Amino acid sequence: MNITVTVNGAEHTADVEPRLLLVDFIRTNLGLTGTHIGCDTTSCGVCTVLVDGTPMKTCTMFAVQANGRSMVTVEGLKQNGELSAIQDAFREHHGLQCGFCTPAMMLVGTALIEENPDPTEDDIRWAISGNLCRCTGYVNIVKSIEAAAETTREGASS
Amino acid sequence: MYPSKFNYLAPESLEEALAVLAERGDEVKILAGGQSLIPMMKLRFAEPSTLLDINRIPGLDGLNRSNGTLSLGSLVRHNDVVKSDTAQANHTVASAAPWIADPIVRNLGTVVGSLAHHDPEGDWASVMLACGAELVLSSSTGERVVDIEDFLVDMFTTSCQPNEMVTEVRVTAHTASGGGNYQKLERKVGDYATVGVATSLELDDNGDITSAGIALTSVYPRNLKVVEAEQALVGHAPSDDLFAEAGRIASEACDPASDIRGSATYKRHIVDVFTRRGLAKSLGIAQGGQS
Amino acid sequence: MTTTEHKPHTSPEIGGLGHSRKRVEDARFIEGRGNYVDDITLPGMLHMAIHRSPLAHARIISIDTSAAEAVDGVVAVVTGELLADYDLDWMPTLSGDTQAVLATDKVRFQGQEIAAVIATDKYVAQDAARLVEVEYEDLEPIVNPQRALEEDAPVIRDDKEDQTSNLCFEWESGDKAATDAAFAKADKVVSLETHYPRSHPAPLETCGLIADVDSATGQTTLYMTSQAPHAHRTLFALVAGLPEQNIRIISPDLGGGFGNKVPIYPGYVVATAASLVIGKPVKWVESRSENLISTGFARDYHMKGELAVTNDGKILGLRVDMLADEGAFFADAQPSKLRAGLFHIVTGSYDYPAAYVTTRGAYTNKAPGGVAYRCSFRVTEASYLIERLVQNAAYELGMDPAEFRSNNFIQADQFPYHSPTGFVYDSGDYETAMRKAMDMVGYADIQAEKEEARKEGRLVGIGMASFTEVVGAGHGEDYDIIGLKMFDSAELRVHPTGKAILKLGVKSQGQGHETTFAQIVAEELGIPAGDVKVVEGDTDNTPYGLGTYASRSTPVAGAATAIIARTLREKAKKIAAHLLEASEEDLEWETGKFFVAGDPESSVSIQDIAFAAYTNPPPDLEPGLEGVHYYDPPEMTYPFGTYIVVVDVDPESGQWKVRRMVAVDDCGVKINPMIVEGQIQGGLTEGFAISSMQQMSFDEAGNCTSSTFMDYLVPTAWETPRFELGETVTPSPHHPIGAKGVGESATVGSPAAYVNAVVDALQHMGVQNIEMPMTADRVWDAMQENSGG
Ligand SMILES: Cc1cc2nc3c(=O)[nH]c(=O)nc-3n(C[C@H](O)[C@H](O)[C@H](O)COP(=O)(O)OP(=O)(O)OC[C@H]3O[C@@H](n4cnc5c(N)ncnc54)[C@H](O)[C@@H]3O)c2cc1C
Ligand code: FES
Ligand code: FES
Repeated sequence: MNITVTVNGAEHTADVEPRLLLVDFIRTNLGLTGTHIGCDTTSCGVCTVLVDGTPMKTCTMFAVQANGRSMVTVEGLKQNGELSAIQDAFREHHGLQCGFCTPAMMLVGTALIEENPDPTEDDIRWAISGNLCRCTGYVNIVKSIEAAAETTREGASS
Repeated sequence: MYPSKFNYLAPESLEEALAVLAERGDEVKILAGGQSLIPMMKLRFAEPSTLLDINRIPGLDGLNRSNGTLSLGSLVRHNDVVKSDTAQANHTVASAAPWIADPIVRNLGTVVGSLAHHDPEGDWASVMLACGAELVLSSSTGERVVDIEDFLVDMFTTSCQPNEMVTEVRVTAHTASGGGNYQKLERKVGDYATVGVATSLELDDNGDITSAGIALTSVYPRNLKVVEAEQALVGHAPSDDLFAEAGRIASEACDPASDIRGSATYKRHIVDVFTRRGLAKSLGIAQGGQS
Repeated sequence: MTTTEHKPHTSPEIGGLGHSRKRVEDARFIEGRGNYVDDITLPGMLHMAIHRSPLAHARIISIDTSAAEAVDGVVAVVTGELLADYDLDWMPTLSGDTQAVLATDKVRFQGQEIAAVIATDKYVAQDAARLVEVEYEDLEPIVNPQRALEEDAPVIRDDKEDQTSNLCFEWESGDKAATDAAFAKADKVVSLETHYPRSHPAPLETCGLIADVDSATGQTTLYMTSQAPHAHRTLFALVAGLPEQNIRIISPDLGGGFGNKVPIYPGYVVATAASLVIGKPVKWVESRSENLISTGFARDYHMKGELAVTNDGKILGLRVDMLADEGAFFADAQPSKLRAGLFHIVTGSYDYPAAYVTTRGAYTNKAPGGVAYRCSFRVTEASYLIERLVQNAAYELGMDPAEFRSNNFIQADQFPYHSPTGFVYDSGDYETAMRKAMDMVGYADIQAEKEEARKEGRLVGIGMASFTEVVGAGHGEDYDIIGLKMFDSAELRVHPTGKAILKLGVKSQGQGHETTFAQIVAEELGIPAGDVKVVEGDTDNTPYGLGTYASRSTPVAGAATAIIARTLREKAKKIAAHLLEASEEDLEWETGKFFVAGDPESSVSIQDIAFAAYTNPPPDLEPGLEGVHYYDPPEMTYPFGTYIVVVDVDPESGQWKVRRMVAVDDCGVKINPMIVEGQIQGGLTEGFAISSMQQMSFDEAGNCTSSTFMDYLVPTAWETPRFELGETVTPSPHHPIGAKGVGESATVGSPAAYVNAVVDALQHMGVQNIEMPMTADRVWDAMQENSGG
């Protein structure tokens, strides 16, 4: 089946089998390997990308479902050669260790800040509770998202 | 883990979708949020030959309140309910939504899909049983409205026919002197219920209970409406003793399995505790609403 | 010896020890440019999927691969019979046992590898793998070690000639007679029987490999999720009979490891054999359930501990008897002389003369493993047992658990301390760490609140663990893995422009080696850390090492780095003398430069020296500025600390919530405090996971009932407690930079603190033990059993 999707602003057309999972389409067909696979049961969230701005687990979607939709993956966070606030914050606050959960965490954080520019610690912990991390213990991930929200607010008010 | 091969259809109108179901509903599976179906396909517990993706059909995502009824179209996602002010019209519905799955799964999974799936560990069926919901089943020949109790036949089985699709679920809104609640014991976010208890109350001007709903998740081969406990409440003034009685009846009515989540004895006990707690919460809302 | 403040010696620009330098590796990860095994695609690459046993114990009658072979896109189906032609149907384990690569005679655990399909596409490979048909004859599944050791239990390892029972090993440590004598003198004996449940490290990235064998040259390149690439290369050479110089293992970015990526798995061997035979690259990446059901588990010790105490609160001795559930193949990743790893550290932070530990290991119909999951070998089990025992002993004696600990702590002036089971603890100050944690949490206030709460029908508990870890194995004479001594290495090259490259035999799985090891070089040579590139994970381009697990990297490879840097500094001094036309004795070192004593103006920088090393070396000196050092640790290091947990327990439902979690750690000198904190937070979460929800479970038929993340529960940010960290700093006296290693203390120490806290909340009901994971139902059951209800 033929599909056309927009990923990080670029349009792609491809002929795919209906059973191809969206995550495999992103990783294999588009070569965007920053989106990962960590489980079989929609539990870990490392496959999360933003579909029309909303975080979705791409291991539990077929590529054909994404036809005509617009997606942002971790590779699309950097704009005009500049790291986004959330990327900076994860580095600054040691929000990652092995980096495997990180792309998804940053995308979920981005969507959260978009919706709620001033999230509390509980808001953040709640928002990332569909995403597992085995390395960091979450403390610094929460800090990173808090800091990114603050930078984003400052950027918006200045 | 990858699903086996299938054909994929994504109609852009309800008529088209219903026509497909009329023609070959037997071999078709409806794809809504996909958050139950796709995991099952990946594990190859389900190998449908054709998927009918309803996500491109306009008009199925309505979440509305009118004339004391809250209606949710087939494409209302769990998170739509979490974020909606309208959904607050039914307190049981509103309090259950944040307990479903995890925040990302909630962006895709639908309330109706959950009811159609009828996993006895699913939360929504209990909510709807406690609140006395109705479902609208559409086919190319028309619509029929089915009571939730008649809709839920057995685990993973509903009265939705192969040529039909659920297009809406309707539930009565709570009045100002009504309240409802969902209590869930889960081991972590994203876990299915060890025990879930949905409750709903309406009070009259004297503060007596005029209607009551109690339904249980994960403690019976299907979601269980505890009619006897509901009846024990109706016509009485709410009290701790009364709620304790309801809790006792509910804990006796269920038939949980002993498993990794706990013994049958423990689960019965939790049904008792959560029924009492749920009713007390519902009452608090109902009474708060009166003042 | 304890100092609570440790100021860096170098400027932030140099970024030596003590600076919270931002991580170098993050630059690629935050842009999604990490390079994990599954991200690699080679031209013509094929994909492999494995057909696994649905049964835990059965004899194989026949294997039919014809349906699988008929699938369009399938290139080959490999069975054990085929591997036998290459002598690859069995392989050695890290504990010197054997393990079936693809089963031919019997299946011995659910999920065991039987056949592998190689296809052009991973979806097709999986389609076909499902079509392999195996006929079985059922055998009794043995799901616990107690049953395994009964006389009439069927012998699981009937493939081994001398094996007539399911006993896998017997091992003892300590002095039986002295311990018996201590118990004879005791006023009381406090005992505890408990099971440290089977766990799984479950890194978010599963295991995988791409084997690329060039049939023309014999060059074998393996891209592999490996925490120990050098040791793996040697094993491959031995197992597959490949010339070691032709094997190159590249361990790219690892999405976590935690011990899971230490063993060699059948999938690696099969994919390599397939590539060898087919002549094309073959990729194999596990699914999550494959990872959980078949790769290295951890723990699973059934323990009985007894503590001999006096009425005035002194410990006299400890006796421990254990039964280890080893699964179908004995594959513990641990030093070969120590069948129960370092479990004999079980005497803990306390000073008493006698201890005796006996252990039996049993084969069962479960997956093999026994890896050091975010801990040093079996230290987690040991720490758990002693910290649970001391709390129960305190209750038994009517003492406060903190005071009881204090009464028995090894004192700061007793170091180096010789433990009754033969360890030599390097340094410590347990009392100070404990008091600090108690201050942070407000210990006395919580104790007081407990009484009040009970009157109101609330249950509050406080529990602690004052653990001692032991990390950084070797010394090589005592510690080896399949004969390879447990040293590690560092190769440092300072280039003419003064920039350096450091190559290591270890391998980061997220610990930030690229950042921290450069800081050691910066500290020692004054070259800015940003000018030092760290390379690891490529056997062709790094010196030999045993790998990263059991918190070895900082203690062992860190020491190697410091020493090679110092060696180069000695050489630099000679070059400086030549450049300054001064004698070596007159030169003094200050970060980044040598100067003539008394004349700070005549100085020469390390960069100038490096340039001269290649352009103008002294005539009598070998040119260049590089070298390699192999470090064999004289002793291990002993991080320690005190963790305190405060919980609120719901008396009606058994649900419990952590109100406070205070962690005071002492890991000696910190290379990068930010990274140390990150490691501790991560470890504390694992400890919480193990105590609260995470467990590998099996039913009576031997089916693994925790084969997905829906059932193997990993906590999310929502459940995970907020941690409050504190520290003391007691340097290791024998380590070149005084560091001890930290990645794992928190996983070792914290489970007991959580359990102690919940038990404490219920202790007045007579509850003395709750098994991990402390799910709400178990907590409720404990209350029922003890309240007669
Ligand atoms: C990690 C995870 C955790 C979860 N935890 C919970 C939980 O705690 N509680 C809970 O209740 N659920 C949970 N779920 C399930 C989730 O709520 C699903 O979204 C829901 O059960 C199914 O809705 P769906 O829209 O995704 O349906 P789908 O998966 O698309 O469909 C499910 C079934 O219903 C049928 N169907 C769907 N829509 C219709 C329709 N309009 N008419 C007729 N048939 C239809 C489909 O053909 C299919 O058979 C969890 C899921 C995941 C992945
Ligand atoms: S891969 Fe785990 S949720 Fe998608
Ligand atoms: S940083 Fe490794 S899983 Fe999150």
